[in-house]
Amino acid sequence: MQGTDRLLYLSVRGPMGPTVISDGSVNPFNKAPLKNNLFVKESVNALAECVKLLSRRRSKPLFRWEFDVSKSALTGTRIRERRQALNLRQSKLARQAEISASYLNLIEHNRRKIGGKVLIQIARALEVEVSALTEGAEESLLEALREAAGAFRKGEAEVDRLEEFVSRFPGWARLIAAQNRRVVAQDRNIEALNDRLTHDPFLGEALHDLLSNVTAIQSTAGILVETPEIEDQWRNRFTRNIHEESSRLAEGSQALVRYFEDQVRAADTLFTTPLEALDVYLSSNNYHLPVLEQSKAPDETITGLIDEAAELTTPQSRSLARTYLKLYYSLSRRMPMRDVIALWAQSPDPSQLSQAFGVTLSEAMHRLATIPSEDLGQELGLVVSDGAGALLFRKALDGFPMPRYGAACAVWPIYQALNQPMVARRALVETPPGRQMETWTVAEPVAGLRFDKAPILRATMLVSLDSGSLSGERPVQVGTTCRICPRQNCAARREPSVLVE
Amino acid sequence: MPKSVLLIEDEPNIIEAIGFILSRAGYQVISHGDGTTALDAVTRETPDMLILDLMLPGRGGLDILRDLRSASATKDLPVMMLTARGQKHDRDQAEHLGVTAFMTKPFANQEVLQQVQTLIGDA
Repeated sequence: MQGTDRLLYLSVRGPMGPTVISDGSVNPFNKAPLKNNLFVKESVNALAECVKLLSRRRSKPLFRWEFDVSKSALTGTRIRERRQALNLRQSKLARQAEISASYLNLIEHNRRKIGGKVLIQIARALEVEVSALTEGAEESLLEALREAAGAFRKGEAEVDRLEEFVSRFPGWARLIAAQNRRVVAQDRNIEALNDRLTHDPFLGEALHDLLSNVTAIQSTAGILVETPEIEDQWRNRFTRNIHEESSRLAEGSQALVRYFEDQVRAADTLFTTPLEALDVYLSSNNYHLPVLEQSKAPDETITGLIDEAAELTTPQSRSLARTYLKLYYSLSRRMPMRDVIALWAQSPDPSQLSQAFGVTLSEAMHRLATIPSEDLGQELGLVVSDGAGALLFRKALDGFPMPRYGAACAVWPIYQALNQPMVARRALVETPPGRQMETWTVAEPVAGLRFDKAPILRATMLVSLDSGSLSGERPVQVGTTCRICPRQNCAARREPSVLVE
Repeated sequence: MPKSVLLIEDEPNIIEAIGFILSRAGYQVISHGDGTTALDAVTRETPDMLILDLMLPGRGGLDILRDLRSASATKDLPVMMLTARGQKHDRDQAEHLGVTAFMTKPFANQEVLQQVQTLIGDA
């Protein structure tokens, strides 16, 4: 082929790497000669369009077109694409995977969930890693839709056909997920506002002051009306009191209006808690803040970053962000990015970083999570939990979703770490789609230890999308949160799953 | 000798208004605006009844009520507590501690007078 004037390569760059599927002269699926270098085959219409375009540019000697399916395809779709690329018949693959051809057909059309042994067998037959078939396969979107289904009365949404739905109507699926996020956020807003009306110290005091003003005015005015024979001295005094109280009432009312305006502004951003606002801010910056890393005047830089952040609208979220950004700056000073990357390349072990830079293990893990994956060469997620199990920091990974609200999976190693403070552990975990990941966890005291005082612990868990050196070990079966977890016989289950009848 | 009412309240204009109404009805009204020293004032003045605001600087009305009810000299002292709407939890707690009556802000002058008359009789 090489040397001809119309050499055209088509390759699919999936998670398994670039695979040449056609030189452009034949249909890669049935090997039939292509007319005008055009082939059309269901899900590869996009490729066909590419070929059509490229075939018009005959003067170029060589084209290589890579079609990236990793961003959009579901697991079933990937299996089909890979099988077709290998020119493997469905029945043969089914036989190798020890399932029926009709069942494989359902899997390939995303009409059946796949995981565990079947997934491993199919991956083996297709000569790819399991992760190549599941990595980034819209898992976050599926989780979001499961949450949406769980939020409403059971039985109304066909949860068992979720993947099919996402496969056939990805736009609608994303819309539903986004709308559900909004509904949940608004519900939480209402809840937060209710809490605020009941417990907010400012509001409580402001309303008390208003009632005191009104009481004084009503009582004093009543005296003036009910006591016509009142002495001038008293009349003047009470008139002055009413004037004073009216002024205070006006000021108090204005302060309350300002307060509610601030609340409405904060509610408009849909971040009900300061932590959530910080989450969104950091996520939108990919958890990396180069301006702060290079800053020579960190206080001013931090103030500037906070002022520019549309997400940080409330004093509470700004205060929380300031605390976090100071920690970020401190970590970036003590652990320069270039040095961290170099050491991680030699030894991907957070404890090595901890020792090399003289920082705590949790600090080392946190620093790793602030470095972009393209620089570090590895995508890492991070979770921080307090002793009560509340998530204080979340850097989610596609494939390892973290609950936006409520408690996470109690089986996560981060919670086991709280039972054994200061013990650093690695664990292989497996999510319901059968994806395995390596985790590093440790629980450390937040402040120094004090005699006769129980330590306040905080646990940190770093998550890698690779199974790393733990590959082959028995994984811990984890989920995201009970509500949307399909594992039926889990001893840690708090509530029934909406995914299981 | 006129019956005495100790008014523990920190709003000067409310003190003046209630003081005027009760004084005109023949009661002796003593006021005290600090929650921290309210118990000392009760011991010193030995009033016939107490009008106690729920929210006070230094020490809240509920804490004062609790101490009053645990001391033999004041365990039966009529206490009328001034509360605001929406303080149901505090009202429940005050009832549990043995408050004699409530008056919800804002109140009418006649209500206060009638309640005082009910609790300690005419001046």
